[in-house]
Amino acid sequence: MPQPEFRLSDEQLERNFADIAPPLTTDAALLEANQCLFCHDAPCTIACPTHIDVPAFIKKIATGNLRGSARVILEVNPFGHSCARACPVEVLCEGACVLNDRDEQPIKIALLQRHATDYVLEHKVKLFKAGKPTGKRVAIVGAGPAGLSCARNLRIMGHAVTVFESRSQPGGLNTYGIAEYKLKADVALAEVQDILDLGVELKTGVTIESIDQLLTQYDAVFVGVGLGNTKKLGIPGEDLPGVLDAITFIEHLKTHPYRETDVGRHVVVIGAGNTAIDAVTQAKRLGAAAATIVYRRSEADMPCYHYEYELAKRDGCGFRFQAAPQRIISNGSGGVSGLEVRTDGGSETIPCDMVIVAIGQGPREALKIPEHPKVFVGGDCANGGAEIVNAAADGVAAAKRIHEMLTGGDANG
Amino acid sequence: MADLRTNFTGVESPNPFWLASGPPTNTYGQVAKAFDQGWGGAVWKTIGEPIINVFSRYGSVDLGQNRMMGFNNIELISDRPIAENLKEIAEVKRNYPKHAVIASLMVESKQKAWHEMVKQTEDTGADGIELNFGCPHGMSERGMGSAVGQVPDYTCQIVEWVKEVATIPVIVKLTPNVTDITYIARAAVKGGADALSLINTINSIVGVDLTTFEPQPSVAGKSSHGGYCGPAVKPIALHLVSAVAGDPSVKIPISGIGGIASWRDAAEFIALGAGSLQVCTAVMHYGFRIVEDLIDGLSNWMDERGHRSLADIRGRALPRVAKWEDLDLNYHLLAHIDQEKCIKCELCWTACEDGAHQAIRRLPRDNGGPVVEIIDEACVGCNLCAAVCPVQDCITMQKVPNDYPAVSWKEYAAGKGKLAPRSEQFHTATWSPSTKH
Ligand SMILES: Cc1cc2nc3c(=O)[nH]c(=O)nc-3n(C[C@H](O)[C@H](O)[C@H](O)COP(=O)(O)OP(=O)(O)OC[C@H]3O[C@@H](n4cnc5c(N)ncnc54)[C@H](O)[C@@H]3O)c2cc1C
Ligand SMILES: Cc1cc2nc3c(=O)[nH]c(=O)nc-3n(C[C@H](O)[C@H](O)[C@H](O)COP(=O)(O)O)c2cc1C
Ligand code: SF4
Ligand code: SF4
Ligand code: SF4
Repeated sequence: MPQPEFRLSDEQLERNFADIAPPLTTDAALLEANQCLFCHDAPCTIACPTHIDVPAFIKKIATGNLRGSARVILEVNPFGHSCARACPVEVLCEGACVLNDRDEQPIKIALLQRHATDYVLEHKVKLFKAGKPTGKRVAIVGAGPAGLSCARNLRIMGHAVTVFESRSQPGGLNTYGIAEYKLKADVALAEVQDILDLGVELKTGVTIESIDQLLTQYDAVFVGVGLGNTKKLGIPGEDLPGVLDAITFIEHLKTHPYRETDVGRHVVVIGAGNTAIDAVTQAKRLGAAAATIVYRRSEADMPCYHYEYELAKRDGCGFRFQAAPQRIISNGSGGVSGLEVRTDGGSETIPCDMVIVAIGQGPREALKIPEHPKVFVGGDCANGGAEIVNAAADGVAAAKRIHEMLTGGDANG
Repeated sequence: MADLRTNFTGVESPNPFWLASGPPTNTYGQVAKAFDQGWGGAVWKTIGEPIINVFSRYGSVDLGQNRMMGFNNIELISDRPIAENLKEIAEVKRNYPKHAVIASLMVESKQKAWHEMVKQTEDTGADGIELNFGCPHGMSERGMGSAVGQVPDYTCQIVEWVKEVATIPVIVKLTPNVTDITYIARAAVKGGADALSLINTINSIVGVDLTTFEPQPSVAGKSSHGGYCGPAVKPIALHLVSAVAGDPSVKIPISGIGGIASWRDAAEFIALGAGSLQVCTAVMHYGFRIVEDLIDGLSNWMDERGHRSLADIRGRALPRVAKWEDLDLNYHLLAHIDQEKCIKCELCWTACEDGAHQAIRRLPRDNGGPVVEIIDEACVGCNLCAAVCPVQDCITMQKVPNDYPAVSWKEYAAGKGKLAPRSEQFHTATWSPSTKH
């Protein structure tokens, strides 16, 4: 379905997918860092799932100690780089900042975090090293934020780690799923490389089918396989060409030059969660003339974050509430021509030439995760789907528990 | 509109704001521009035998992103020929007859040299002379500047020489780099000074480059101690002005200098006894234009408070500068937190807990209510929490009434008066911080 007549220029596409929150200049970072109050028992730290000591890392930026600042961040959050770009800070650290109550705006914690972590990425500073070998071997299934967070900390504690990953590249959704204007694959992969450099053995293109088998070869197993496929709508026309799921659409966009991802002229996205927003904004940014969210409930019921909704509105996306999809209509020549919805006023057809389904992902059913004292689980597959930072927190916590199990509690490294 | 006209030891100016001797008063062009923009007077950059300056002369101390909170220099007096300076002074005075034009002088410590310099200066029509006894670097090694200003006898001697020939007012500029400035002030009075100005800059090294280990400002890898000024020195200057103004054996007008950057600073100097004000660093930072708000802010404040002229406010704070031993021991305060304003940063808690008297209690953050509260019995009313609280008027110090008449330490030590009871917890060692959180 390439439709060259409404293709945007490569330059325009570059602009449309440029960082939505560009990095701070050194001056801006210092100015911002000096505004932080250095709170005691800081609410921002409490609100962060990995409990980064926010005032400590900000103070270090203010004193020009960027290396130390990055260490404070990455020590507790192995995915500090991607979190700085993709965390929903409005509902986490920045939402909790006490300055919301004084200045009506918080400290720009995420941008400061990016300032500090970019420094070590750019200067190739190695902050961590592998611990003294313990002779213990741990298998990790899934090279997403959960699995690799666990892997990093296990390496720091001296355990041998092998990570199995189905895909050709590590990083999980950081590499394949996060909106392009927030996090690009090169940053995601550089962040992963830092972890692999600690001596993590990575086996890509390997889909694990039996945890029990791993248990025969390893002293412990961590499972961080994320979520499975997008759920089915269960309406006629769902299998027509021109209908695809949001994860597939975004993954294609993130793994190809922008112009190689097909987008319709009139795109309809079904669903109103954060993934639906990512799909509709990216469809718009790819050049769709109209990109519209269709949601069966009301505006107030939208499960996406408020600021994501605001972003989609700023991008010029459309919204149809209280419109329940009934049928996807074929155009008779291998594509779609519309989506039939039921509204309060009866049945209606929304014309479109592309339908993206984003009504949530189901669990990974293929892999059975046994209840076993040597099997640990974390990330999206354990919490039902949350954020990078939750996956990282899970991986870190699991590494600690695995280490305690393997060593009987005594620390190393 | 408040009357800002100033008569300082006979020298008149439309307002009390003078440029202090320094780079902003180097040339005719600068001073004329400053007068056009509203400055009331100018003390010319110190004149003497022309010197040679080094390259790189200034060092700065920043506070966070605020530049030049403190500033220092290792520059010397004017590098221009005496005759050129005097010619321009005469020209400024001719073109700006209503403004105060003061010549700052520094020559070698010989009677003849001073006599000649003063006579030449008087020929320009300048309104007054300021003797630079304060410069702490470069000139002092040559027996001038603070080398004179640090020794009462030298100060007195040179003022005498100057007064032998001067017919216009003589202002002696004092250095703060002494143990007790009033000794020098009295020596200047003894020599016949008409007025004093203070402070000159404070000996300082502003910093060290941590790559090269060069102290700043660096001159080919080395540096020298320089004179410190700017907002950071204001409290020191206020103290020294009040010490001199409050000395009963001084009693001559004082021109206040040191860190003045806003009309508030100016009003404080006047309240502590200054008759005119001199500004250097703030002009070097922001230019002559700052005089507009110096004038506007001062007169608005005076209008609002009903002060009609500078005489109404001059020295108003002086009677309140007391010795510690005369302060009232029965005046009790308690910190009070306005929970409506509190943003829950806990800075007050950590400050009082680690740096004061463990008089604030933390409450769980998740209880939905306040996170900090004052433990009345333990608070000694020190002001620390109010100083650290980032929210305006959130922590206020409130008076705790008692029935006891005021008693000072002096009276109490002499067996007079009674102390109002104080909480046991002020002193008890059994009070353990770790029991509270
Ligand atoms: C479209 C989209 C946008 C998002 N945007 C954001 C955002 O802006 N900010 C944010 O913080 N979070 C966002 N998230 C959520 C975030 O991506 C996830 O919470 C996070 O990636 C979870 O990490 P994980 O390691 O648990 O799983 P994943 O990142 O999903 O990684 C799991 C990995 O396991 C591999 N795997 C699965 N099964 C097997 C197997 N049997 N054998 C070997 N390997 C296997 C997968 O290939 C994958 O690489 C978004 C999610 C989506 C879908
Ligand atoms: C509230 C307060 C009380 C002080 N009390 C003393 C004291 O009792 N004895 C002393 O030698 N110095 C005292 N000092 C001075 C400090 O030791 C220190 O020399 C000075 O504050 C300069 O250092 P700083 O500003 O970097 O802290 C005190 C300082 C403060 C702020
Ligand atoms: S809550 Fe805000 S001001 Fe306080 S430490 Fe955190 S970022 Fe700084
Ligand atoms: S006034 Fe001093 S002692 Fe009292 S609560 Fe505040 S900091 Fe503590
Ligand atoms: S310092 Fe002020 S704002 Fe912060 S917790 Fe204390 S009272 Fe509240």
